[in-house]
Amino acid sequence: MNFKHDIVIVGSGLAGLRAAVECVEEADVAIVSKVLPTRSHSGAAQGGITASIGNEEEDHWEWHMFDTVKGSDYLADQDAVEIMVKDAPRVIYELEHMGVPFSRNAEGKIAQRNFGGHTSEYGKKPVKRACYASDRTGRVVLDTLYDQCLRHNVKFYQEHYVLSLVFEKGKCSGLVTYDLSSGELNLIEAKTVLLATGGCGRIFKTTSNGFASTGDGLNLAHGAGIPLMDMEFVQFHPTGLYPLGILVSEAARGEGGILRNNLGERFMERYAPTVKDLAARDVVSRAILTEVREGRGFEGGYVHLDLTHLGEEKILEKLWEITSFVRIYLGIDPVHEPVPVYPTCHYLMGGIPTDSDGRVLQDESGTITEGLYAAGECACVSVHGANRLGCNSLLDTLVFGRRCGLAMKKDIPEIEHDPVSDEPLKKGKEMIASLLERKGSEKIDGVRRNMQLVMMDYCSVFRDEEGLNKGIENIRLLKTRFNDVEIVNKGRNFNYELMEAVELGHQLDLAEVILLSALHRKESRGAHFREDFPARDDKNFLKHTFFFREAPEVKYKPVAITRFRPEARVY
Amino acid sequence: MIMKFRIFRYDPDKDVEPYYQSYEVEASPKDRILDCLNRIRAEKDPTLSFRMSCGHGVCGSDGMRINGTSALACQKLVKDFKENEEVLIEPLQVFRVIKDLVVDMDPFFERYYSVKPYLITKTLAPDKERLQSIEEHKMFEGAIRCILCACCTASCPVNLDKATEAYIGPAALVRSFRYLFDSRDEGSKERIALLDNKDGAWGCQTKWMCTKVCPKEIPVTKEIFEVKKRILESKKGRM
Repeated sequence: MNFKHDIVIVGSGLAGLRAAVECVEEADVAIVSKVLPTRSHSGAAQGGITASIGNEEEDHWEWHMFDTVKGSDYLADQDAVEIMVKDAPRVIYELEHMGVPFSRNAEGKIAQRNFGGHTSEYGKKPVKRACYASDRTGRVVLDTLYDQCLRHNVKFYQEHYVLSLVFEKGKCSGLVTYDLSSGELNLIEAKTVLLATGGCGRIFKTTSNGFASTGDGLNLAHGAGIPLMDMEFVQFHPTGLYPLGILVSEAARGEGGILRNNLGERFMERYAPTVKDLAARDVVSRAILTEVREGRGFEGGYVHLDLTHLGEEKILEKLWEITSFVRIYLGIDPVHEPVPVYPTCHYLMGGIPTDSDGRVLQDESGTITEGLYAAGECACVSVHGANRLGCNSLLDTLVFGRRCGLAMKKDIPEIEHDPVSDEPLKKGKEMIASLLERKGSEKIDGVRRNMQLVMMDYCSVFRDEEGLNKGIENIRLLKTRFNDVEIVNKGRNFNYELMEAVELGHQLDLAEVILLSALHRKESRGAHFREDFPARDDKNFLKHTFFFREAPEVKYKPVAITRFRPEARVY
Repeated sequence: MIMKFRIFRYDPDKDVEPYYQSYEVEASPKDRILDCLNRIRAEKDPTLSFRMSCGHGVCGSDGMRINGTSALACQKLVKDFKENEEVLIEPLQVFRVIKDLVVDMDPFFERYYSVKPYLITKTLAPDKERLQSIEEHKMFEGAIRCILCACCTASCPVNLDKATEAYIGPAALVRSFRYLFDSRDEGSKERIALLDNKDGAWGCQTKWMCTKVCPKEIPVTKEIFEVKKRILESKKGRM
């Protein structure tokens, strides 16, 4: 079938929904998503959204900006960070007016709490900057924005999986989707396309990410010739629930939780004397794994997150969801017992390079790709640099999702639908047919599991050249094995095996890009820690990696530095 | 340990009618039932279809009937079942089965949307936030835990009964409660008009199944009761 819309948004998480709300009054907008509405992974965000609204104590956007830049280990583009943090208060009030049920303080204002790396007076002490709704902030914002989309008649193609982006004369003119419920292929023509497809945490074994976080949008763009930026920067959140990897929000530490090793020591005092447990995530993740390596962890490789001193009332009021996870999955009650935690793959700082309106860049010199936008975790503006601060991701999706919406609705009157040939649809059908006809002895699960282990072993919190090279070798081997994967399920409706085969292809490509980008960066910065190059090297590497599909694979782009010169990063 | 499952299967493309298929998989006590289903798909039968997304009870994708009770497969652990028991897995009731454990959720979301699930305001918003006290927020806080998994609606005896299946169901009423009792909302009148009928709030026969199955421990039945009370109060006010 052929469909036609002005704007087609891929992904129904926060960035996609926020963009849709912005432009639906002035354009015909459709959202394509491989899951049902409200099932997107934005909903799993727990802790909050940062904004310097100062409801609890003095705060300024300049402080927020400094913290974000320092958190990024000085790799974030400061012009983009400034746009984001200045816009943050507006974002919060707008959400509140839409109906988001934020938690409140005694004055009846939106309550705010501490989060890692957020400080007052440029690093002096922790500041309460995260606006939250208990520990289900992402979910309630997702629900609220979905309701706004329904109210404004945004068209949803739910459970449609995007197979390819369609380009006509260098301009993105639509996409080909696979309808999971029928097995039919559709060509959806668009004047402009927004990729808001989220991250790719599922490449790693231990991850807080949902099953759908397979990085499809990233690799679709890359396959169409778009470089991927700063892909070596993958965040491991310090407190994944052991052994599942499910997120235990930083809000637990923001509310006073303490990390302890097997001696009962509050070990973060040694790694971050000023803010302790509230240091940036990369710092805390390395600290936890260092404790484990030096024999002060618990068997299996975890430490304790101690909430027992907070009291049942506070725990249930502020941390209801994570309390419920711990009780259900571990049979432990965090009110009385410490919670076992270890670092879990959480967020991709890198992604599809964009300008501050979400326009996708084709190269390191900033050439715009006509008709294509990106926002949210799959995009790299870059506001998170080498390490994202907690609660800045929801902010990113809402600020830049909206900016994409604004820019797209401005574009629309100037653009005509391109005549699109049947070729992309034909190619899509051939791709599905050839996948279904493939004979071989491999199974998706075996290859995927191996990939996830390889990435944990060689490309997680600690990295070095030897390991990265081994990782690349292994992933290339797995790519060959992937060609021998046979799809047993030939059915037309809800054939998840078929979709997962396509996803796995994307994941393997991205795994290789991450490894190669990490290999080229011979320094340690933020979440990218090279044991063979343990120091930050501003002289040679204060720059963004652009990874291209064709040789020369790696090019670089300077970092935009406006207000804060790089300095030593101590918490 | 070995876990045994008996799973509802139906593919309209090739099956004249649904049937049940048995599987056995290796499992450890702390595995989720969802892990077992994925293992069945990976190792035994890739044609099995079910929805999943977050895997930890936040997205609401994997609602299904486990031993006859609606639940999220990612919230039930192997250790909660006996080792030699054959665990029965079936799709949610009330909704049309599309394939195996995948049901048609469109009617659910349509009813959800029919109650105007968004803040209605008539007065101009202030520059900053609308104020709301901690106590006012607490009034509806339980209801914002709802993840729209549909376990409640799929278990409601009223929705299950053909004679009363037009009842909008507990999930939509939880959302109504959430806005009726949000001090910022100014849409009481139109909300009550939508709910004050036999398929609205009055459809509830206080059977408590919704409360029993809710994976987020929302006091659903009580909230529906509060909605009914609010409707009556509004009528008294008019007299």
